[in-house]
Amino acid sequence: MQVPLAQSAPKQKTRKKLLRELARHWQLFVLLLLPIIYLIVFQYWPMYGVQIAFKNFQAPLGITGSPWVGWRHFDRFINSYDFQRTLQNTLVLSVYSLVVGFPFPIALALCLNYVGKRWFKSTVQLVTYAPYFISTVVMVGIILQFLAPNTGLINMIIQKLGFQQVNFMGRPELFAHIYVWSGLWQTLGFNCVIYLAALSGVDPTLHEAAIVDGASKLKRIWYIDLPELMPLAILLLILSMGGILSTGFEKILLMQNPLNLRTSDVIDTYVYRVGIASAVPNYSYASAIGLFKSVIGLILVIMVDRFAKRMGQAGAL
Amino acid sequence: MLTQHRGIREGRGDQIFTIINYAILTVVLIVVLYPLIYIVSASFSHPRAVTSGQVWLWPVEPTLAGYEAVFKHKYLMSGFGNSIYYTVVGTIINVIMTVLAAYPLSRPDLPFRRTITFLFYFTTLFSGGLIPLYLVIRELGMLDTRWSLLLPGAISVWNVLIMRTYFQTTIPRELFEAAQLDGCDDFGYLWKVVLPLAGPILAVIALFYAIGHWNSYFSAMLYLQRKELWPLQLVLREILIQNQFDPNMMSNIDPQQLALRQQMSELLKYTLIVVASAPLMIVYPFVQRHFVKGIMLGSIKG
Repeated sequence: MQVPLAQSAPKQKTRKKLLRELARHWQLFVLLLLPIIYLIVFQYWPMYGVQIAFKNFQAPLGITGSPWVGWRHFDRFINSYDFQRTLQNTLVLSVYSLVVGFPFPIALALCLNYVGKRWFKSTVQLVTYAPYFISTVVMVGIILQFLAPNTGLINMIIQKLGFQQVNFMGRPELFAHIYVWSGLWQTLGFNCVIYLAALSGVDPTLHEAAIVDGASKLKRIWYIDLPELMPLAILLLILSMGGILSTGFEKILLMQNPLNLRTSDVIDTYVYRVGIASAVPNYSYASAIGLFKSVIGLILVIMVDRFAKRMGQAGAL
Repeated sequence: MLTQHRGIREGRGDQIFTIINYAILTVVLIVVLYPLIYIVSASFSHPRAVTSGQVWLWPVEPTLAGYEAVFKHKYLMSGFGNSIYYTVVGTIINVIMTVLAAYPLSRPDLPFRRTITFLFYFTTLFSGGLIPLYLVIRELGMLDTRWSLLLPGAISVWNVLIMRTYFQTTIPRELFEAAQLDGCDDFGYLWKVVLPLAGPILAVIALFYAIGHWNSYFSAMLYLQRKELWPLQLVLREILIQNQFDPNMMSNIDPQQLALRQQMSELLKYTLIVVASAPLMIVYPFVQRHFVKGIMLGSIKG
């Protein structure tokens, strides 16, 4: 009899203390009220609704009333022809983007760092940032305009040089190149900002000592700047691995057409097509695919986070 | 940096390096700039000149025909208005909600702080996905209303975390203790101390949100059927991507222009690209500094 009493006394005390704490901070909770309602309605309610991935959703029965079907939708997706195709396209597009998007901003930052004329440096920066502000719709509009047969700038140049026109958007094998290189054009300047900032943080005495020792600029880039940038660059690369299954959905969707679908259909666009755009939308099947992607994405992010932390501890940063 | 070393003469190797460096950067400059110049020039050229490939650098037979057509197009103008509405109202909601979330989370004495922060953070790791969110919006009766573009994205958790870190690192704790001694409550402290000091971060966050609103098309495509509610980007999608340009959408069209319809629709696309991008392109050199700061703030968090 004594034991529970002895336990409950401090418990009551802490509860009282907690209540007093809460009462003292009631204004903070009032401030948090709207954001938390937002989280519940637009973030956690959909998470609750994701159970339709294990059900056969029928609108009149609602989310909770629809019958359970277990893993059927997942089975169907993994065994379908679309699974391999969409997964492969997703990986090809995002890995290709990472490989191209990684070195160029670093190179640009290094080049800009050795420009003596201020006006030239700021002009290059101003111009290369600009495309970042172009919307996805307009960006894809530009791509389509430039690559159009007959009237597009690129095809007119090709013709002027005496070659055959190319139907760029109709050739599945060109899709990845168009997607990735147009992406580089748009984000090069923006992604270079962070490296420029890192370079401005390099200890100037290192450069001074190297100059006294007669090191050329190339040597200084190789032995001073690059080693300074590498930890940051690798960290950013690792972090971007976390989102490898979900890159550029909105842009890909706009660039898609029936002719290039073979190489342009990624998991996200597939979900959109079977779940929303279809004449007979299959909410459950599409949710299952979305959930499959989210779970793998979550695992990747956690792994990447662990890895990045361990690197940080190993002294890479 | 180079000014410090001006006293030392460059070696031959470094001179070559400098020349190559400038050459590379000039190429980069041209590669980025040329398409932009071409688009602007094409938008001011005669429709025939655009489709027959006479435009290379500067406008050929300059006209404003494309611009006149854009401003006569019914849904383009309503799209412009809608986009301004979504951007202004949406950004105001975003900033208020972000402050409401970020300020309490920045207070070390907030009870259950870790739990609440995790509640926010978890949504960046995992989400219900496209379809469940769509069903929620439908359930709430927000399909085909302006709310569907304003509320579902009311908070970006990344921005909350950035702002929280800013509050924690830039506003000295002594200020809070002094305010408390003066009998200032939490509302008063937020209003009289935190917000007046938060100018830079508010500007950066508002900028990020506003650009997001102006440039987004996907939510509108998902939720809005009624064309009167469409933002500019969605109208653009119809014309630029799906190639649906209906000349009947232009009132007072004159017959001569009808004959030029095909060429006109090509010209119109270049004009649209310019008109849709102009607002941000004009504003961005002035806010570039803030933007760079924002990237840096964001990366501190990451």
